[in-house]
Amino acid sequence: MRPLTDEETKTMFEKLSKYIGENIKLLVDRPDGTYCFRLHNDRVYYMSEKILKLATNFSRDKLVSVGTCFGKFTKTTKFRMHITALDFLAPYAKFKVWVKPGTEQSFLYGNHVLKSGLGRITENTMQYQGVVVYSMADVPLGFGVAAKTTQECRRVDPMSIVVFHQADVGEFIRNEDTLT
Amino acid sequence: MCLCRHRPSVIGARRMSFHNVLKKKFTAPVQLGVMGRKLDPTNQVKRGPGKKARKQKGAETELAKFITDEETGPKRLSSRARKRAVKRVHNLKKPKEVAAEKAKKGFTDENSKWLTPAKRKRKADEAESEDDSDDLWEKEEEEVEEEQQQLKKGGKEQVKKAAKSGVKQVEEEDDDDDEEEEEEDGDNDEDDDDDEEMVDDYGTLEDGSGNEAAAAEEDDSDAEELLPIERAAKKEKKLKETMGLESDEDDEEDDDDDDDDDVEKSDDDIEEEDTVQTNIDEMDAFRLPGAEESEKEGVLPLDLKTIHQRIKDNIEVLCNFSTKREEGKERAEYISLLKKDLSTYYSYNNFLIEKLIDIFPLSELVDFLEANEIQRPVTIRTNTLKTRRRDLAQALINRGVNLDPLGKWSKVGLVIYDSSVPVGATPEYLAGHYMLQGASSFLPVMALSPQEGELLLDMSSAPGGKTTYIAQLMRNTGVIVANDANADRLKSVVGNIHRLGVTNTVVCNYDGRQFPKVMGGFDRVLLDAPCSGTGVIAKDPAVKTSKDEADIQRAAHLQKEMILSAIDSVNAESPSGGYLVYCTCSIMVEENEWVVDYALKKRNVKLVPTGLDFGKEGFTRFKERRFHPSLRLSRRFYPHSHNMDGFFVAKLKKFSNVVPTAPAEKKEENSEASEMTEVTESPQKNPSKTVKTSKTVPGKASGSKGKAQANGTSGKEKANIKSKGKKDSPAGPKKAKVAKMDGETVKGPEAKKPTVKTTPSKADKKEGGQFEKKQNKKIKSPMKAKNRMGKNKFKKLKVILQKEGGDIE
Repeated sequence: MRPLTDEETKTMFEKLSKYIGENIKLLVDRPDGTYCFRLHNDRVYYMSEKILKLATNFSRDKLVSVGTCFGKFTKTTKFRMHITALDFLAPYAKFKVWVKPGTEQSFLYGNHVLKSGLGRITENTMQYQGVVVYSMADVPLGFGVAAKTTQECRRVDPMSIVVFHQADVGEFIRNEDTLT
Repeated sequence: MCLCRHRPSVIGARRMSFHNVLKKKFTAPVQLGVMGRKLDPTNQVKRGPGKKARKQKGAETELAKFITDEETGPKRLSSRARKRAVKRVHNLKKPKEVAAEKAKKGFTDENSKWLTPAKRKRKADEAESEDDSDDLWEKEEEEVEEEQQQLKKGGKEQVKKAAKSGVKQVEEEDDDDDEEEEEEDGDNDEDDDDDEEMVDDYGTLEDGSGNEAAAAEEDDSDAEELLPIERAAKKEKKLKETMGLESDEDDEEDDDDDDDDDVEKSDDDIEEEDTVQTNIDEMDAFRLPGAEESEKEGVLPLDLKTIHQRIKDNIEVLCNFSTKREEGKERAEYISLLKKDLSTYYSYNNFLIEKLIDIFPLSELVDFLEANEIQRPVTIRTNTLKTRRRDLAQALINRGVNLDPLGKWSKVGLVIYDSSVPVGATPEYLAGHYMLQGASSFLPVMALSPQEGELLLDMSSAPGGKTTYIAQLMRNTGVIVANDANADRLKSVVGNIHRLGVTNTVVCNYDGRQFPKVMGGFDRVLLDAPCSGTGVIAKDPAVKTSKDEADIQRAAHLQKEMILSAIDSVNAESPSGGYLVYCTCSIMVEENEWVVDYALKKRNVKLVPTGLDFGKEGFTRFKERRFHPSLRLSRRFYPHSHNMDGFFVAKLKKFSNVVPTAPAEKKEENSEASEMTEVTESPQKNPSKTVKTSKTVPGKASGSKGKAQANGTSGKEKANIKSKGKKDSPAGPKKAKVAKMDGETVKGPEAKKPTVKTTPSKADKKEGGQFEKKQNKKIKSPMKAKNRMGKNKFKKLKVILQKEGGDIE
């Protein structure tokens, strides 16, 4: 486990800011203690200092997970967000998409969100903006990328994709083995 | 042979209903055509147990006990018999007169009108339908005789006759409930051919009687009213009765029984009767099967129903042994039969059945075994980090889940009765609003009662249910170390932790026994020890046959190691905690009370109340073993009494970080250690034996030496003991010993642990060093010195002792 290098930090924060914008600093400077990002097995974990200190007790090969996993660096040094980060994305998300109850299940199986299943969308969403997907009951279901702007969404036919799927909570079951 | 003559009351009762049936038959002709034999499915539902019940022979014998004697009371019967006798006398005296009378009275079709008014009068007098129907029965009998003489007609005629007489009663007779009538309709609106068939059906079941057809008819009608099982029971009852009465009325019977009965039928009946008779025998007084019978069983296995009945009877006898026992039979014989039957019926292996018999009183045993055959209800735990129980319940109800709060004792549990969607894959589940978790898994966490901001260890955490429950009780503050020895199972821990939004967790993959070295000083530790799983047989029926003594001992040994390392990981000086909760999903005493008792002796811990207001107290004595009296503060949970998995929970408070090294304790340890390895050979040895002279210790150790040893650990331990035995000369003053022992007690576990370690790594060694630093500094240096010395000495001493041991042996 080690702190992220500058480059890694930059890559990761760029990715993160697609979803929560400048709210990133709320993640780093928290009123309830210092929180930090650490890299372990190519994965980025977000944890408080307190846990960090305790985690030093464990050897690298025996340590499985600390705090919350945000995502992982691919071999090509891109950063890929995991669904496990949703707990921290959802409260700070700038742009949100709500899906209709009928589409919930489809999204949770890894499908994109179609216009027909779109319940609501934040105003002024730009194309390719990272969005967090909610159910109509305001339960965060995952996140993705807006395929169209809000304006375009009004006009397109019902079967066209409005949100590209990136991660959904169904992965907790589908990809349990690869989450960490 | 006719037996049915002597069951007039019952048949009479049946006849009444038959009248009803017939009445319906003629009053509702439209329905007849429409419905035919096929019943309306809605009607069929009300019929009760259905076909399966009809098949169960065991239940009818059982039911026969419950059916009251009201219809078949011997007194009434005798009165009837008297009446009948009078009639018979009458008959014999002037049979022709009777015939004439009959003609006059008109029990023919036309005159059957006559019957009912008389009947009604009687009814008003006696308010007992049976008697007047009995009377009817008598008349019918006569009628039949008459018929035989005159017409030689079959059952059809009688049916018709009876039917007509029934028709005339339509207005007068009281009705049964509508539903029943409807059913009756369904079954009875056949033409006579069908009825004939029915006659045959029941005729075979029925014992041979002169009035075969009529009786069969009555049975038939009766069938509509009674459940098949009840019918069978009644039949049996009747039979019994007849047997009793047979001797009295034999001659009469002979007179009446020259009927047009089929010969084959009566043959059948005799056989039938025989089987029933044997059943009655079993019911009346349970007797042990003889040697040749059990031999036969070996060749032809009994059917399960018989075995089930036998288990029941056997237990009944065993519960009231002094009164119900068979003369000259030992309790052990009954028990051994019971064991055999139980293991056959529930397909357990003998070992487990024996263990269970030891644990449960006999009355509970079958309940327990039965409870293991059915699944426990699905329960879920609300994740209070993300939602509230009420909101969750509402959301799930909207998805078509039928649920209820779990019980008073839990504010977060919900029971799922049924669901139209998979409960493990709803969006709420995926969003982490709840966790699928057995009710029993709540208990250890509730007992642990973690406080906010504490440092906790969950020693074997997979799949993370208890860990996340702890986290939600701590509201994501403090730190939880979730450990599990199995790396694969840790994936589910990680998944669940993230899904439920728990952020204060470190997940690591150590063997639990390494723990105080990896990290110590926890405020609380939850040890959900790996176990034989005898409490969760409903979940995993493989346990029934796969476990034996060795498995239990292996589990117990591991548990003892783990509980010590768990205790060592607790910081007794913690301002808020210093607690350990030990739990297993096993109900074996070896894995529960014994382990805790062992820990009580080895470490400075005491049992404290678990804070769970239900559950059964732990054993303080079990067979030859005596445990610390405070063990009744631990709690046991059983599937049959609490409808949750079998579970054991004990809460321990550590009151000192010092590892006890008193001489008495020392000896105990040794005896324990030797016993740990020896248990299989000498289970009768009492683990709580406290004071042993130093002489006995080495003697025992060497005694057990020659026997098979499971692993290196035990070997080491024995070496340890032996060496000490050598040093502790029998005459040595106690005070002098203490110093030596101080070194050695610490050495014991130290020497043991490296061997236990599966993968000793560099980190481990380092941490070992840290751990030692953390240990009490006063004993540190002598301990180390001893340790070094000991290793070399051991080998020498081993050799010496082996020689000596040989001598001793």
